[in-house]
Formats: sequence, C-alpha cells, structure tokens
Amino acid sequence: MSATRMQLLSARNVRLFNRGRSELSAGVRSPTSPALWSPSPGRALSGLSATRRGLPKEKMPENGASARAKVLTLDTMNPAVKKVEYAVRGPIVQRAVELERELSEGIKKPFTEVIKANIGDAHAMGQQPITFFRQVLALCSYPELLNDSTFPEDSKSRARRILQSCGGNSMGSYSASQGIDAVRQDVARYIERRDGGVPCDPDDVYLTTGASDGIVTMLKLLVCGKGATRTGVMISIPQYPLYSAALAELDAVQINYYLNEEKCWSLDISELQRALDEARRHCNPRALCIINPGNPTGQVQSRQCIEDVIRFAAQERLFLMADEVYQDNVYADGCRFHSFKKVLFEMGPEYSDTVELASFHSTSKCYMGECGFRGGYMEIINMDEEVRAQLSKLVSVRLCPPVPGQALMDLVVNPPQPGEPSHEKFIKQYLAWLFFGLMELKAVWRNSSRIAC
Amino acid sequence: MSPRVESSGGNEKQNRKCSASTKSHRSTRQSPVGEKKMSAMQEISPHVRNMKQLQYAVLAKRASRIKEELRQGVRKPFKELIEVCWGDPHRGGVKPLTFVQQVLAGCVYPQLVDSDKLPVDVRQRAELLLKGCAGGSVGSYTATRGIPEVVHRISEFITSRDGGAPSHPENIYISPGSQWSLMNVLNVLVDGEASPRTGVLTPRPCYLSSNLSMVGLGAVTVPYDLCEERGWELRVEELHGALESAKGVCRPVALYVINPGNPTGHVQSRESMQEVIRFVSEKRLFLLADEVYQDCVYGEQSEFLSYKRVLMEMGPPLSDTVELASFHSASKGFMGECGLRGGYVELVNLDPAVMKCIYKLFSTDSCAPVLGQFALDLLAKPPQPGDPSYPLYREETQHIRSMLVRNVKRVFEVVNGLPGLWCQPVEGGAFAFPRLHLPPEAIQRAEEMGMQPDVFYCTRLLEEAGVFVSPGCEYEPKKGTYHFRFCIMVPEEVMEELLRRLSSFHTQFMKDFS
Repeated sequence: MSATRMQLLSARNVRLFNRGRSELSAGVRSPTSPALWSPSPGRALSGLSATRRGLPKEKMPENGASARAKVLTLDTMNPAVKKVEYAVRGPIVQRAVELERELSEGIKKPFTEVIKANIGDAHAMGQQPITFFRQVLALCSYPELLNDSTFPEDSKSRARRILQSCGGNSMGSYSASQGIDAVRQDVARYIERRDGGVPCDPDDVYLTTGASDGIVTMLKLLVCGKGATRTGVMISIPQYPLYSAALAELDAVQINYYLNEEKCWSLDISELQRALDEARRHCNPRALCIINPGNPTGQVQSRQCIEDVIRFAAQERLFLMADEVYQDNVYADGCRFHSFKKVLFEMGPEYSDTVELASFHSTSKCYMGECGFRGGYMEIINMDEEVRAQLSKLVSVRLCPPVPGQALMDLVVNPPQPGEPSHEKFIKQYLAWLFFGLMELKAVWRNSSRIAC
Repeated sequence: MSPRVESSGGNEKQNRKCSASTKSHRSTRQSPVGEKKMSAMQEISPHVRNMKQLQYAVLAKRASRIKEELRQGVRKPFKELIEVCWGDPHRGGVKPLTFVQQVLAGCVYPQLVDSDKLPVDVRQRAELLLKGCAGGSVGSYTATRGIPEVVHRISEFITSRDGGAPSHPENIYISPGSQWSLMNVLNVLVDGEASPRTGVLTPRPCYLSSNLSMVGLGAVTVPYDLCEERGWELRVEELHGALESAKGVCRPVALYVINPGNPTGHVQSRESMQEVIRFVSEKRLFLLADEVYQDCVYGEQSEFLSYKRVLMEMGPPLSDTVELASFHSASKGFMGECGLRGGYVELVNLDPAVMKCIYKLFSTDSCAPVLGQFALDLLAKPPQPGDPSYPLYREETQHIRSMLVRNVKRVFEVVNGLPGLWCQPVEGGAFAFPRLHLPPEAIQRAEEMGMQPDVFYCTRLLEEAGVFVSPGCEYEPKKGTYHFRFCIMVPEEVMEELLRRLSSFHTQFMKDFS
C-alpha cells in the first residue's frame, strides 16, 4: 500500500488504480444457456428414471434455446422498472470499460488510459483514507489487535466502545433497524454542534446504507395516488440521476425545476413556483428535493435562498428532502454551507414547528470518501408520529444498515480531539485533503477558460 | 463535519441532557389541532400501510428496558438476557471465524498486510482482495454486480457446490444482504399498480421480512401451508390449493420457497424439489429460492441440494426454461456475519432483455458494502488443507457444527419433554419453532390484554425468565395455532441455560393457567 501522502486530484497525475478487471461492469451479456452442460453420472442421478427427468423433450431450435415463452418478459415485468435509467453506471461507463479492455489488449488509441471522473469516488482517484478511521475499524474487525501496542490508545478505546454497542461484541451482529443507539446519539450530538446548538433528538436519526438508501426509503413512503392524484416530486435540473431513477421505479411524477446556469446554478423561487403550478394540473406535488452543495453543479446555496425555499415549502405544503452529502466540500471564498435544519430553526416556530424535513448525509464524500462502506444517515424533522411508524416498517425490511458503515459514521461525527494521540495526524490528513483539493480545483478553473464554470 | 469540534462521545450524562433538551423541543412539534401535516397518514403509500406492524419491535423495547434495569442493578430472576429472537449467531455468543476477522482487518488497514501480525495466507488473501478494489481501497465503489474477481469466485463456488453445473458471473449480483436482492427481483416481478394485483405464493409459516417486502411492493401473498405433522414438509397439493385460492383475487407470478426452512427448519428432499420445479413450469411461475441456510443441515437423513442443481439435473426442457432466482448470504452458516450485509442472487434462464433492466435496477443501489462482498469471497473460498490458517479454521467450523448438532438434539429432547409444547425435528436452518398448546385460560387472558396468545407467552417468557424469543404470529402460521421461534446457533452452555429457563418458566405458566 502506498504511503499516506495525499494524491493530488490534478488532471496531470490522476490515476485510476484499476488493478484487475475494471471496477464498473462491462454491462449485460446474455446468460449462456446451461442446457449445454451434461450432468456427470453419479449418485445424484442414479436414482432417477427417465420419467423423473420431467416432461418429454420439446423439439429444440438450432441455436439450442427452447421455443417456450419466458414467464418474465418485458411485457410481463413491472413496467415502472423498465423506465429506470441510471447514467452514472450507464452506457458511457460501459463503453469506458470496453475501451480499457482494448487498451489492455494493446490496441492503440490517442490516450494511454481512461480517467474515470464520472463518479464521486475519491479513493478510486487516489485519495488516501484517514488512518484513524481505518485503525479503529481494523480493531473492530479483529479485536485481538486490541493487544497490539502499535495501535494508538484512542483508537483502541473507540473500538471498544463501538464493539460494546454491538451484539456479541461483534460487527457481524445485526443492529437495530434504525441503527446502533450509541451511534445515533453521537450523530445527534454532531448535528447539534454543527447547527450551533439547535436540538437534535437521536430518535429522529436513522442510519442508512449510504444516503441513497435513505432518499429512496423516504420516496417510497411518500409516493401514492393514481392519475391526477399521483405524487409528484420536485427535483432540480441538472440532477443527480438517483432521483429520476427512483421516481421512475416508484412510478411517481418527476417535476423538473431548472437551476440558473448563468447565475452559477442558483435556485429561483419563481422557477420553483412555475414548475409547481404547472405540475398541479396533472399530479399531486408533495415533495421538494434539493441538493446542497449541488450535484452535478457544485453550487452552494446562500442562506437567503435556503430561507426562501423553506418558506416556499411551508406555503405550498411540500415535504423537504435536503441532500447534504457534500456539506464539507465547500471551497469558494465567501461560500458557506448552511444546513436546512439550522436555517429552519432560526426562522422561528412558525416554520420550525411545521415544515417537514428530511436531511441526508453520508460517509462517501467529503474528506472521508469511504464510498465502499455504504455509511449514511437521515434526520427526520416534524414528521407525523403515525407516519413515522410506517417509516419504521419500511426500514425494518432491510434488517439493518452495514455495521462497519455505522461504526465509520460514529468516527466521522466524533473525530479525534485535541490532546488525543491520533489528533495531530488526523488534522494533518484533513488539512492535506482540504488544501490539495482546493489547489486542484483552482488549477482546473484556470485551465478551462473556454468552459463556463 | 469539520474536525474543529469540541466534546467527544461516550458521556452518559450528555446523552440524557441531549434527550432532555429535545423532549421539550419535541412536544412543541405536535401540530395545532385541525392543521394538516404535510405527510399525513392518508397520503402515505397504501402498500406501506398494508405492511404488518411487527410484534418484534414491541418486545425489543421491553428487552432494552430490561437490559437497562439489569445494568442499573435491579434484581431479577436472571443475570442477563438470552437474546435468540434473530438468526444472529454472534449476538448469541458464537465466536466469529478468526480467518474472516483477520482478512477483513488486513483489508481495512493494509498496513497490517505489510507486517507479520497476520498469518501469511491471510495477508495474501487481503492483498488479492484489495487488488480488485479501485485505488486499492475498500472505500471505493465497486462494479454494480460486485468486485469482478469476487463474483467470479462465487460462480466457481456455485459450480463446485452443484456438481459441475455451470454458473456464470453475469448472472450473479451481490447486494447488501440477500433480502435486498430479493426485493430487487420482486420489484421486477411485481407491478404495484396492476389490476388484478400481482400474487406471490409464499409458505405458511414464512420468514417475516420476505412477506413484508412483497406487501410493501403491492403484491398479494398467497400462502401455501407447510405440513407441520410431517416435519413442515412442502406438499405439492398445497401449492395447487394455493393457486386455486388465488383465482379471482390476484395474478400469481412467482413461487417463493425457503430451503432449509425459516422458521421451520425443514430440509426438502430432491423429490419434493422436483415436484416444485414441475409445478412452476406447468403453472408458469417464477421460482424464488431462498437458500441462505444451505450450510446449516443437521438431520441425519437430510442433505442440502440447491434448486439450481436439481433443476439442471432434471435436464432439458426444464433446465433450459424454468426461471429461477437463488439467494445466499454471508449472514448465516458458520460465518454468521449478519452485520456486514453481504448476500447474492444467481439468476437462471432469464430473458436477456429483462436482465438488462435488472442490471439498471441494481446499478441504482451503487454497490454492496465492500466488506460484505469480501465476506462472500471468504464463504466461496475458505482456507484449504495445506494453508497456514486451515487447522484453526477447521477447528472453529467443526466446533460450530458439533455445537449445532448437539443443540438440535437437546432442543428436541427438552422441549418435547414439556407438556403443551412440541417441536418438529430441526433438520436444518437456524431456528427451532415449537408449537404451543396453550390452555384456554391463557388464550383468554391474552385476549383480555389485547395480545395474540403467543405474544402473551413470549412477553411473559421475556419478563420472567429473561429469554427473548420471537412470537409465532409474526410468521403468519395457520390460524388458531401458536408457536414461538428461537435461534439454535448459540454456544452449548447458552442453550442449556435457555432450555433450563424455558422448562422452569413453561411448567409454571401451564400451572398458572390450567
């Protein structure tokens, strides 16, 4: 494993350490017919007479495939699923994988490697994991290492605390469906600190399998009705394709509101109103999704804008879904991340008692970049108690979110503190991420003068 | 998430302070009378509303309270709870496999791979697994189906398990637990808005999460009864009966089987499986085979055969045409790594155009957690004879195996020695599912308290004996029958203690209500 020095995100030395086969699927090939395999004679078959082998053989067409119609076809399957598209892992990605294969076979191209900048995957692009996090998780995975003197004491005490909150002191145990209690409490305290003391009830916190899981669960809860009363969900365009895919799958109505590219992808309330008014003619708009900081646009909404959106949601009775997974990725001078929750509560009880909000976060982005752990949470504000019981049912069918992801979330909301053995190294790694990320962004902006950005 | 934060975790006082401050905050969140909430009940998806409320949640709250009281030193007839409501071996006290723990630690913190702290085969395996990760990190996203090398090893495992019947990586998807991929496959089968509604034949009794998933998607579950008197056997007449009962109610599209059974512990014979295969072929149903307990088979006459294998060995045309999804998981068996959320589905004989849609659906989930994928890799290819880790691996798995065999025997002996209680022999799976023959007085008392009789029994068992089991009504058995389910994957001494407490409680209970 390479040294802990941070890899730069420059166009010049970005490498995708793609060892082995490509990490994004080569797409779907038809399953090879297993009928060409003959079972070898043996104990398994010796007891079977010819009649026990099933129906008399049908006449086989030349290619060996049966002429019998399939039970599950495009016509008989759930029509909603047919509409699902997910560009992040779609045809362009599949083409990229093919190109990589061709390069590895020696086919000449105007480039020697494919740089996969299509997905927010920092480690794939060379970002190094935070040492403290990995040490604690290693200790949790193999608690014998708690006897190893090379691990710092604070990593051991964290690991012990996490393991104590797991059934049988093992990350291999199921947790409660809503997530480990101790982790939810720590997340609640983190949210309170982030929001300058605005209270957070741990019961409002649900740990999830990445933020996407929480988003899809909330949409599943909210989508109902038929025809003109079918639930409509407002999403920003440009959008992160998870939203359109989930809405297609749920057969919900997608209501597009357009961000203003000329004004740095800002959000205009008049545009929200336009989209809503038009949508009301053919569906029942019930939710408004906003991604802040934006994906794919990178804009950070001003406080004023967030207030305006909250007022709009209150006035139009819309459930607010605030996707805030990039809340630490704020670089521009004068820009600051304002959480929807904080702004909501600072607007006073008229709004803070009534506006229903779900806010999503994840361990996949920011300085952690731990996409593969599938760690995330959502905080639900002001939800009706009966509806909350319904949400619990939905959450329970997944059994529980991955425990290592929950443990990681616990560390992220509770990083090493000044005075603790791991603090210095942690701060160094965090600042290196911040500094190099900022430098590379500035380099990209400087080099892309003809691309409006 | 700036690191410039102040206090860190673990402080109980702070926890209570946090709750206290939010209590008053929460109370103001009740809407003024007459004012409609944005997400009111009538505007929630009816499919979600139709999902059953779980009894488990109520019992779990009580269990938490009891644990807290024990922590505070409140005197009870027991010193700790025995929690056997879930199929969770680690929670029950079974030790995780050392090889698995070591490999995962090496993958999470690769500095260990460069040192001597781990056996050489562990280090080699960790290196191999990390090579398949983008950036060499478990923190990267993976391909939709899973890390290609892992998927490949799973396909090899399946081929070897099934006596050579080929398995192709393109037909395999790894997901966060097997229930997740079951939900995805159901999502393709079930049109939640269709009329008539989509139906899925499911066993009665059935594992609760699966039924909930089906209902949540808008399907109708069409139960077929398993025959308790014959060890919870699946009889094809019941399948026919179920199909008949669906006429005019829904359009059945699939048959869901669990083998080895949950909660029943029944292991199907080859003949029974062949009957099922012929049935689904004749009635044009998609076969969903939940086989997560395939490594847990104890009955002397029992042998696990996969549906894929039986299907392939029946030869064409069935082997070419019956559409099958088979599910497995790292949560069960010797590994018991439930919390890592690693499961997979193998799809057999599906329409290529449908496979493309399935791919897109799985892709919206991004990928399964990488550690869960690694757990499946270790399941597919455990240490082999000659490997440095093999002796310990063998010792640990043999220990678990003999523990399970013994537990099954003890459960049969003890439970069936108690009047009013009878348990079919557990041939496989992770649970015992004894039948309660409750006295009428007990049933009446339960009704007075507004509880299902088996919930009443289980609540008393929890409060008075500190044993947390799952009430049978969660599994929707035949009406008028009462059961409870408990996990048998616990250390022998825990099982003995469980049986001791159960015997003593049950005897007293029957006396109190006779």
